[in-house]
Amino acid sequence: MSLLVVESAGLLTTVQDFGREGYGVLGVSASGAADPVALRLGNLLLENKAGTPALEMTLTGGTFLFPDGAVICLAGANFGAQVDGKALELWRPHAILPGKRVALGATRDFARCYLCVAGGIGVTEFLGSASTHLLSRLGGWEGRALRKGDVLPIGRLEKNIRRRKLASGVLETLRPGKTLRVTRGPQSDWFPEEARRILLGGEFVVSEESNRMGLRLDGPRLASRGNAEMISEGAPLGAIQATPSGQAIILFVEQQTTGGYPKIANVIGADLHCVGQLRPRDTIRFEEVPLAEARTLWIEKQKLLGSEERLFA
Amino acid sequence: MRFQAASDQALLVYLGEEIGTATHECVVRLLRLLQQEPIAWIRNIQPAYCSLLITFDAAAVDHAEVQAKISELEQRAKDLPAAKPRLVDVPVCYGGEFGPDLEDVASQHGLQAEKVVELHIARTYHTYFLGFAPGFAYLGDLPEEIATPRLQTPRKEVAAGSVGIAGRQTAVYPFASPGGWRLIGRTPLEMFRKDREPMGLIAIGDQVRFRPITRTEFLATRRA
Repeated sequence: MSLLVVESAGLLTTVQDFGREGYGVLGVSASGAADPVALRLGNLLLENKAGTPALEMTLTGGTFLFPDGAVICLAGANFGAQVDGKALELWRPHAILPGKRVALGATRDFARCYLCVAGGIGVTEFLGSASTHLLSRLGGWEGRALRKGDVLPIGRLEKNIRRRKLASGVLETLRPGKTLRVTRGPQSDWFPEEARRILLGGEFVVSEESNRMGLRLDGPRLASRGNAEMISEGAPLGAIQATPSGQAIILFVEQQTTGGYPKIANVIGADLHCVGQLRPRDTIRFEEVPLAEARTLWIEKQKLLGSEERLFA
Repeated sequence: MRFQAASDQALLVYLGEEIGTATHECVVRLLRLLQQEPIAWIRNIQPAYCSLLITFDAAAVDHAEVQAKISELEQRAKDLPAAKPRLVDVPVCYGGEFGPDLEDVASQHGLQAEKVVELHIARTYHTYFLGFAPGFAYLGDLPEEIATPRLQTPRKEVAAGSVGIAGRQTAVYPFASPGGWRLIGRTPLEMFRKDREPMGLIAIGDQVRFRPITRTEFLATRRA
């Protein structure tokens, strides 16, 4: 077994894969990579399975020593990764020689960078997934964010890695946008026309108080009609709910599974990975699309992500 | 039964419009049938008081197809024999450091703290669903006399095992987490353990009773 030594962890670094969907009955939300598209591409570039566990870094990366060497790929946001002062390009497999360290800094564009390793990060699965669920301290590496001094097992290389490259245009097509497309939420009718107009016409700013559970949005308030007490119900990933004070919150990967705030809209599946790349203070907008169009967009994106011919040069 | 699209990949199925055991029994029956006969395109099922949120593989089916299948199953779910509920006993050390809001709850209702405890343990509660966090069971219905709204400002950290009340619900926090429920006591039991089967001490549909214990008993159970 080879190792990865955490010399500094960065702001919030966790082990993530595609999460554990399907345990709502236990009250467990799926967790998983905030940007599953970046995780998938990073892994596929290494010829790993798409959902192989990797490190998800947030806003500022750490420094990681590879005593036995490794082949890695960085995907998602650009955290200015270097080895021995030499820049490491994103979206490319890189051989890291034994004893070398990969140092990452603050983000230069988006919120999350994935450090994928050929063979993956070896952690014990919980309910079929390696992903960390921070609130319940389950999954991942001891159920928590990585700390200085952690030593994680990583997969051994079993074959030579081809110098795989993304096809031209793929990154442009999948580039995380700041206009999120939404469909109507189940309590859309609880809001006056004015609130719906504000949601679709206004600009919102991602609050500093955002995390993997949810993104709080500053900006215009979304007052719901009256103060009818809602009966708590299951809330989908990407639901946009309004608190009694009218603050909009987008429920995210470590969301609470049920909730009692009315939901005005829901980010479409095809745009959820963009939510994972939003930084505090980013300005975002919403655009409504019909359900049928959301479904077409989802199917198209899944086709692209499932096609090695279209993804790689 | 009423359907409502919740997202491009999720459908809400409402089996009633009011909190109560009759509606909830319909939720549990449909859930059981869906668990007995798993459907490949269902990715997740989230039950609640009156509804099931069905998350599905949108590349395989659309809302109309999900709706048609669920309608068919709901007809059959009605004929399922009623499940025999499990009874779960939860020992609780009330008040003091373990129940920092007990006195406050009592004074809000013009009651003695002992009376609040007496009312809390008098009932057998029904488990409506698990939500908020792994193993967090929504239990009801709390006697009207001690129904109390949530705290205006939630606590940043609530200790694991804390027993809280909110409106006509009561629950045990399985993990240390932020929380806005009023805390009246604490159980030494571990509500959720990943090395145990089942992991959660309480499951949907279970009947739950609280039993008062002393601080000494609490500490002894903790150590065991």
